[in-house]
Amino acid sequence: MKGGISVSEAVKTSKKEPLVRIIKRAERSNREIFTLRLLSVVLALVAGGIFILIIGYNPFTVYATIFSGAFRSSMAFQATVKIMVPLLISSLGVTLAFKLKFWNIGAEGQIIAGAVFASYFALFHSDWPHFLLMIVMFAASIIGGGLYGLIPAVFKAKFDTNETLFTLMLNYIALNFIVFLRDGPWADPASGGFPKIARFAKNAQLDKAFGIQIGWIIGLIITGAVFVYLKYTKDGYEISVASESHATARYAGMNPKKIMLKTMFLSGAVCGIAGMTQAAGSDMTLATSVAGGVGFTAIIVAWLAQLNPFGILVVSFLFSVLEKGSSVMQSSFGLSSYSASVLQGIILFFVLGCEFFVRYRFVFRKKGVA
Amino acid sequence: MKNKGLAIECTGITKTFGAVIANDNINLSVNFGEILALLGENGSGKTTLMNILSGIYHQDSGSIKIAGDEVSINSPADSIALGIGMIHQHFKLVDIFSAMDNIAAGTPGKLKKKSVFKKEIIDISEKLGLKIDPEKKIYNMSVSEKQTVEILKVLYRGARILILDEPTAVLTPQETDSLFAILKKMKEDGCAIIIITHKLNEVLAISDRVTILRKGKSIETVITSETNEKQLTELMVGKPVSLSIDRPVPENVEQLLNVYHLSVTKEDGTVGLEDVTFDINKGEILGVAGIAGSGQKELCETIAGLIPIKKGAVLYNKENIIGKTPKEIIDLGISMSFVPEDRLGMGLVAPLGMVDNMLLKTYKNGRGPFVDRAPAKELAERLVKKLKIKTPSVETPVRMLSGGNVQKVLLGREIESEPNLLITAYPVRGLDINSAYTIYDLLNEQKKKNAAVLFIGEDLDVLLELADRIMVLCHGKITGIVDAEKITKEQIGLMMMGHEYEGGNIGE
Repeated sequence: MKGGISVSEAVKTSKKEPLVRIIKRAERSNREIFTLRLLSVVLALVAGGIFILIIGYNPFTVYATIFSGAFRSSMAFQATVKIMVPLLISSLGVTLAFKLKFWNIGAEGQIIAGAVFASYFALFHSDWPHFLLMIVMFAASIIGGGLYGLIPAVFKAKFDTNETLFTLMLNYIALNFIVFLRDGPWADPASGGFPKIARFAKNAQLDKAFGIQIGWIIGLIITGAVFVYLKYTKDGYEISVASESHATARYAGMNPKKIMLKTMFLSGAVCGIAGMTQAAGSDMTLATSVAGGVGFTAIIVAWLAQLNPFGILVVSFLFSVLEKGSSVMQSSFGLSSYSASVLQGIILFFVLGCEFFVRYRFVFRKKGVA
Repeated sequence: MKNKGLAIECTGITKTFGAVIANDNINLSVNFGEILALLGENGSGKTTLMNILSGIYHQDSGSIKIAGDEVSINSPADSIALGIGMIHQHFKLVDIFSAMDNIAAGTPGKLKKKSVFKKEIIDISEKLGLKIDPEKKIYNMSVSEKQTVEILKVLYRGARILILDEPTAVLTPQETDSLFAILKKMKEDGCAIIIITHKLNEVLAISDRVTILRKGKSIETVITSETNEKQLTELMVGKPVSLSIDRPVPENVEQLLNVYHLSVTKEDGTVGLEDVTFDINKGEILGVAGIAGSGQKELCETIAGLIPIKKGAVLYNKENIIGKTPKEIIDLGISMSFVPEDRLGMGLVAPLGMVDNMLLKTYKNGRGPFVDRAPAKELAERLVKKLKIKTPSVETPVRMLSGGNVQKVLLGREIESEPNLLITAYPVRGLDINSAYTIYDLLNEQKKKNAAVLFIGEDLDVLLELADRIMVLCHGKITGIVDAEKITKEQIGLMMMGHEYEGGNIGE
């Protein structure tokens, strides 16, 4: 027959087994998985240590500095938690959307929208009774963030737009909107020409508990609420069905578009709360850096914790320790902030890479069996 | 090139996926000039074995000899180079290409002049008595023509060993006959052929030898002329099975659903259903026969309220249900389960466990914002016992269950909702014999409870035995509604290809 290669010819070309093969492994026990993840962290620290060694420092002292930088005093610990609050809340926010497989990478924008809405009341109604003002600011941040999250969902429902691009672009609109407010309508007249928005009056600042703004309590409550919402409510059940297939959702009598709109409102609303706690609890003003990249880090945190709310609690805490510790490391060793980012990257690489070994293993060609 | 002797000899092939042993020390051989049937229930390891031969997987241990030489097949390219051609159940053709272009795509070597290439294709097809127009586009072809192109594709690349995975599943009886004629010619030409199938009558009609797999092991190889359906079934299942289906006579015949002049357009704008009119009675099983894609899916989805219609009406207890939401239709007691090719489709949610899947249509029951999982858990546990569903626990994601068990979960849930109208499409698709008979019993049970059953099936033998009446669809039109007891398989085959039934329809 034409076009064919003779059998004996082909045999010569393919005699050897491949050098390495990847094989799916049996389900590992939870204990094994835990050990594996622990091992990956240890390996990450070793690899990070080699990096530190190369740039000419002692890894042990650098690690000790990172650790003590985050915990050495109650003030240091408070600063760590302060970093954690917006990260925790916005990670929970994006988790809601991710559970529905709606790729919301617009947490930055939603944080800003929530902060802007809340700041309006903080700046112009600071004479209201404190408790009422807090409630109103809280509600405003929910509405602001929620509506900002709703926009891409509406467009996706109506015109099937791509939510990834849409939410990403909305981030830049929100960011530049703050700049507009800062330089124009909300410019602080007392700043003497320096572009900034006025500091919130004491009455418009979040209260403190144990020396830290109460955002941490709000964060813990939202952690529990998101967990219950996803696991035990009818809405949560709808999300788990609709995320898998819209056809199945419709078959079960659900309305997938309505689910998407509702979930994105909630996702944006939770991120909005993060914005309000940052502005009224930490910055005490509306700064252009109110989101400051937290909305992107939140995506990593959510996935590292495999979208588990309690996992997010742990991961966002560890991230904050690293963040706070790294800043101390920078100042005490005079390192550039980029070397801290390299360290963070190395750790992430190992932790994410370990997930591969949870599911697969390598098989090498046996010797002598050619 | 060799034309005699052993084409493939597999010894001790073992392949595991995680904890699952898909192939356990399998031995199989086929000679040039021979047709070997590979028989086995679902999950017995047929597909894994064939995927090893075609280079998609690599065995963990065991050796493969092709034409007497030991080889290692590391990729589909190796497999093709060794002269092995695989014809998959789902065709791998480019729709907008002609037959020629599809054959050229992926064939190694320089592109030939069109006229030369065309002549080569015609030469090969004439040698085997294949009828094909090389210039015809795939989207204009019938299922059996597409299959012919698939066969030509592997032959053109020089395959001398052909593997066909359930080639008759989508063919009418007449098309099956002509496929078998082609296979016999290829055998005379010296090709080695392995055919995978569930259908025992086909095994007996076409093969020289039969290798039976069960639970990943090769149980036995028998010579076809020395065996019969009964022995094959026993070898396949591992114990004697009765092969007759019960058909109770419908009582209190009363119309439940009337479909009037229903026309539906598919998503791509082509005809889904055209002017379809029929009734279903309480306590009756109405079978639907037709080549895949003749409008079965559209019929199911229309009645379930999932897709809009062009014109017509669907009356349920004399009330038009067109325009109602899926939820309202579920509440009326209409249940629809469609088992698609990938088994999971829209009836089940893959990453959720049995318990959560039981909730799919009832999660809104009960007050308050929380889901009540207790009744669903109870139902799941009851189904596991009643239908002998194999699962580590009722919380294990249904994605991890085997195809047969997944179907039992789906059908079990639908039947437990005690519907008045049960629509079920391909409920036994790819099921092993035992599970299939369990499903038939369940359907008959519904019939006795005076529910109406619309049964969309693939296997004509089953339709003829189980259904009271059979409706035949072709390109979205009804070509006949006939009494299942007074019709032959061949007559239905003709109607499936568009010939109107001449004996006059019944029930109109």
